[in-house]
Amino acid sequence: MLIGTTLYALINAAILALMAIGFNLTFGISGVANFAYGAFYVLSAYGIWGMLNLLHFHYLIAVIIAVFANVILGALIYRFVLLRVRGQALSEVIATFGIGLAILELFSYFGWVGFEYNLPVFLDRSFIIAGTYVDFQRIAIVGFSAILIFGLWWFAHHTATGLAFRGIAQDERTALTFGIDSDWIATLSVSFGAGLAAVAALFIIPLGSISPGEGYDVLIRALAVCIIGGLGSTGGVIAASFIVGFAERFTDTYIGSHWTMIVSLAAILLVLTVKPSGLFGKQKELEERI
Amino acid sequence: MKKRKERIDRGIKVRSSDIFALLSWREMLYLAAPRLLPVVGCLVLPLILGAYWQKVLLSVAVFALLAISWDILAQTGMVSLGQALFFGVGAYCSGVMNHYWGLNPLITIPVAAVMGGLICTLLLLPVLRLRGIYFSMVTLIIPLVLVRIIEATRIFGGTEGLSGMTPLPSKWIELYLVMAVLLTALFGFRRMMDSDYGLVLKGINDNDRSVISAGINIYWFKAQSLFIAGAIGSFCGAFMTHVYMFVGMPVFALDYSILPIAAAVVGGPGTLAGATLGAFILVPMSEALRGFGGLRIVLYGVFLVVFIVVLPEGIFHFIQRKYHQFERWVEVEK
Repeated sequence: MLIGTTLYALINAAILALMAIGFNLTFGISGVANFAYGAFYVLSAYGIWGMLNLLHFHYLIAVIIAVFANVILGALIYRFVLLRVRGQALSEVIATFGIGLAILELFSYFGWVGFEYNLPVFLDRSFIIAGTYVDFQRIAIVGFSAILIFGLWWFAHHTATGLAFRGIAQDERTALTFGIDSDWIATLSVSFGAGLAAVAALFIIPLGSISPGEGYDVLIRALAVCIIGGLGSTGGVIAASFIVGFAERFTDTYIGSHWTMIVSLAAILLVLTVKPSGLFGKQKELEERI
Repeated sequence: MKKRKERIDRGIKVRSSDIFALLSWREMLYLAAPRLLPVVGCLVLPLILGAYWQKVLLSVAVFALLAISWDILAQTGMVSLGQALFFGVGAYCSGVMNHYWGLNPLITIPVAAVMGGLICTLLLLPVLRLRGIYFSMVTLIIPLVLVRIIEATRIFGGTEGLSGMTPLPSKWIELYLVMAVLLTALFGFRRMMDSDYGLVLKGINDNDRSVISAGINIYWFKAQSLFIAGAIGSFCGAFMTHVYMFVGMPVFALDYSILPIAAAVVGGPGTLAGATLGAFILVPMSEALRGFGGLRIVLYGVFLVVFIVVLPEGIFHFIQRKYHQFERWVEVEK
């Protein structure tokens, strides 16, 4: 029981990290708010589902098209909406949240909910680890999210583009004097984040089914990981995924499934109250409170 | 030949607002019309509308009050994404008082307004120091937590909610009570925001550090602003509890958070009148679109984006400018 719970908590942490990684790239590392993240996640899932089941594309082609469509959509949203309200944090949040709301509610208007709205697993096989059944999909998620987090850290610390991402979050004017085109970098950041949302959907959706409500859930959990870990910190993403992942799974097993969401929401509230920039956040400590 | 647009105050505005020598009926009307229009509208509309649109008018007034409460908070520098918190707390306060203790609605509504304001202020007191987006995120999350706590602990009827509240004596009392509160709040708080007290609140929004260095305790003023906004929001919740004769988890729904923000953004933030105007546009529109079901929320989303991007000042400021000023094209001097 305890070992099984721990194992599934570990997997839950990996799922959370994978969910949050795109949001973290956009909001955490380069400071551009994209609250339509959950909508991008659901949009790409429905996109892949449609291409597989209605147009009968090959799986790989459908996936590639969906990821690129998300990347382009992210860039378009930056160019036509975010660019005009850039720098006003709350307008950014409200505008992107409005976009997300419109997309998600459109899907729930269509009423595409149910078990037939699902994506295929990579390999239909399961293993027994320490006396617990674990399917291949979950193992793939753990492996892939470890790779992605390492990739994110490497990208943000050792490539010119990644350093530019962090630069515009820390001080946009200084970044401009170093020859960084902040609009172009922010466009890239939104579109990479949207692309990663599609990748996360590709891995995580096969465990359940696609529904518009999932979009809000993903947004809140990504926000939780981002806030608890601290903006702009890769180590924070890992730590926060572990904290939230373990807390969720253990409350689910030992207290009751009603309390699962309360625990992660309460964790956000506590961190926001005590240390708003997160456990490992270093940016903007002077701006967060007075 | 380059031209630029020039805006000049109308003569009648200069004569009637600065010199204070009202010479003609026309000037008096120019000053009075924008104030009389909402007053007469609010008092006459309940008489001429049918039963269905009277109900719509009720929710227009409630959302206008919620938008006013949002706007007061926003002018103090606290942008709330969770007006549903204020609404829900007020609704549960009056619901509990009426359901368990059997108090009369005319007592529970005012008591719930004050009590709800106090509870919301106490709830948000620990995060009063937070600024900007951090405060907004806290307000977004608290209603979500409260819903789930009610669901998990099954207090106050749990998922079923409490039903069988005492309704208000008649629909005329309902209508004119909410209209009177709306007009009082609109004109009273507009006046308050123009006074020295309001100046301090606006100063906190503009530059909180310089307000501190003027020797003013901004936390005390922020707490007062929270109490005012919380009390208005709680009044709405308490009132709607007795209109629907039901209180339950839907009082913390996203609608009560999104619509007031949309109303304030569409109408024009920072004037309270803009927020009211926004509610008078959006709520009837959403009723007219009721046939589309879920598409209404899609429309709100699109409206929010379009107004923030294209007309960030809002409709009210636009109309106000046209009313007070005229425009003409002039040549640019070399």
